[in-house]
Amino acid sequence: MNAPTNLKQLCLAAVAFAAASIQMHASTTINGSGSSFAAPIIIRWGIDFQKAHPETRINYQSVGSGAGITQFIQNITDFGASDVAMSDEEIAKVGGNVLLLPATAGTIVFAYNIPGISTGLKLSRAAYIGILLGTVKSWNDPLIAKDNTDLKLPNLPITVVSRSDGSGTTGVFTAHLSAVSADFKAQVGSGKSVTWPVGVAGKGNEGVTALIKQTPGAIGYVEFGYAANNKLSMASPQNKAGNFITPTIESGAITLASVTLPENFRAFITDPEGANDYPIASFSWLLVKKSYPSADKAAAVKAFVAYGLTTGQSVAPELGYITLPDSVVKKVLAALETVK
Amino acid sequence: MGVASIPVGPESPIQREYRPRTDFFKGICWLASLLTVLLLVCILLEVFSKAWPAIHRFGFGFITGVQWSPNREVFGVLPVLIGTGISSLLALLFALPLGLAIALFLSEDFLPAPIRQVIRFVIELLAAIPSVVYGLWGIFVVVPLVQQYGGILADKLGFLPIFQGPAYGNSLLTASIVLALMVLPTITAISRSTLVTVPYALREGSYALGATRWETILGVILPTAAPGIVASSILAFGRAMGETMAVAMLIGNSQRLSWSFLAPSNTLSALLANQFAEADGIQVNALMYAAALLVLMTLCVNIAGEAILRHTQKTTAGLR
Repeated sequence: MNAPTNLKQLCLAAVAFAAASIQMHASTTINGSGSSFAAPIIIRWGIDFQKAHPETRINYQSVGSGAGITQFIQNITDFGASDVAMSDEEIAKVGGNVLLLPATAGTIVFAYNIPGISTGLKLSRAAYIGILLGTVKSWNDPLIAKDNTDLKLPNLPITVVSRSDGSGTTGVFTAHLSAVSADFKAQVGSGKSVTWPVGVAGKGNEGVTALIKQTPGAIGYVEFGYAANNKLSMASPQNKAGNFITPTIESGAITLASVTLPENFRAFITDPEGANDYPIASFSWLLVKKSYPSADKAAAVKAFVAYGLTTGQSVAPELGYITLPDSVVKKVLAALETVK
Repeated sequence: MGVASIPVGPESPIQREYRPRTDFFKGICWLASLLTVLLLVCILLEVFSKAWPAIHRFGFGFITGVQWSPNREVFGVLPVLIGTGISSLLALLFALPLGLAIALFLSEDFLPAPIRQVIRFVIELLAAIPSVVYGLWGIFVVVPLVQQYGGILADKLGFLPIFQGPAYGNSLLTASIVLALMVLPTITAISRSTLVTVPYALREGSYALGATRWETILGVILPTAAPGIVASSILAFGRAMGETMAVAMLIGNSQRLSWSFLAPSNTLSALLANQFAEADGIQVNALMYAAALLVLMTLCVNIAGEAILRHTQKTTAGLR
């Protein structure tokens, strides 16, 4: 039953082979895999980059952050992408030959389906923790109603929708919730795959989206871009400073701007403190090697990542991602320069 | 050997020409069947060897544990095992009466043979619909129905643990209804073929004694075919247990222990499909452990079904 991984490797090998056979035209092929959240923007960068540099081929497989890290460690891919930074253990497995570069960022939103209420729902910290832990069971619960005096909340049972598959989205989301609530940390904890006390679960962002759309009274968590593209109603959660923040590209950018990146770029934004920060945001990292076996490959990877960090950032908003702040881009580009 | 009737000696040119080819062919057939058996052994070995670290670490507690939290390395599959069993049983409960009725209808001469052929063909076509299509159909048709009527069921019969609310659209019941449709062809096809093999002499005997058609069906034909019908149900049960895609799309994927049919649940195969891709470390071993359990369960069920089917074929052959 090793099939899923083997199949993936086989597919990857097939793609690599197909790519190799066209190499008469394209001199270098870079293979990457990982984060399904960052996949749309990375694939878009690949297409745009290839137009400008026909001699380079970019293959990206959206296999999930965990598998992306595994394949990068196994040396199957030239670069990886992950919504959760590699752990020290994982970095040790590649002998430290890896750079974690923030390449894009996104926010996670509470998407809901309450008939008649398409916008303007505010969720206090106590309310959303209560909903997710199953202590708040109905939409007209006083805990929700007190922040939404302008809305007529129905007496409708709440259905929590979560992810059934392991995912970086769940990892970022539960890390935030664990930072906010000690109860949540004790009962559920954080991780890519957790046990939710209530509700149903769907596979992938699309599975969660379908469940929310179909179930009156549902609330779930998805990437901002996904919710925006599918026109889901999004709630405004309360941030650490106590303000209710509407999820937009701008509010996400404010969060990112307030983050100070450490030397290794592994910044976890579990609960940002700024007055106007959107509370649930995360970087998505590209994993590249510090030194590649061939100079061609190193040059191609560097050119591609640099493209993504500069020109590529301009497509971020239309795909629902947050453009990286200039200060971050500058730092990351400097680190990229050291790749050999 | 048909050749034996032709008076040729051992040194006949015909035999010298044919024998080596026959042996070669036999060899290939042997090899092919051996490879198939070997493949099953290899799959089992692979599953069990990958599962071993988890078997070693969690032991029997894996089967009796009620919590599945990969982030805490707590793995217990009891709710999932129950979900697998109940969803398949429920599917069988829906599909058996329907499938048996269809099989009877198709094996008797209520309708002219060509029309029966068409109906039979259409029902067997149900088996050709891909699982994911059943899943999609379930999402758009069955989920809203269960959402609508499940609420009423929970209101009226909520005092029974199996109908306890709140009613979810993606629930054990939804998955079971779709599973029932998916196993219907298995039940119909096997039941029909056993019903058809009930010797004609038995029917004639029954009619000769003055039994009506229904008396004959209920008193003679069904009891004679019973082992085959049981076998068809067991094989259908096995298929329902292993069904993945449609179930993963409909059952709600929750590893919480609940007795309500209207609550989300999970099955072993859906759990594997959902979590394999992003699993790492001990979670992979735990999933392999779950896979090993699933393989064992389906193997046992299928062996039981086959055994009963063999037995039936022998007994009805004797009657003929």
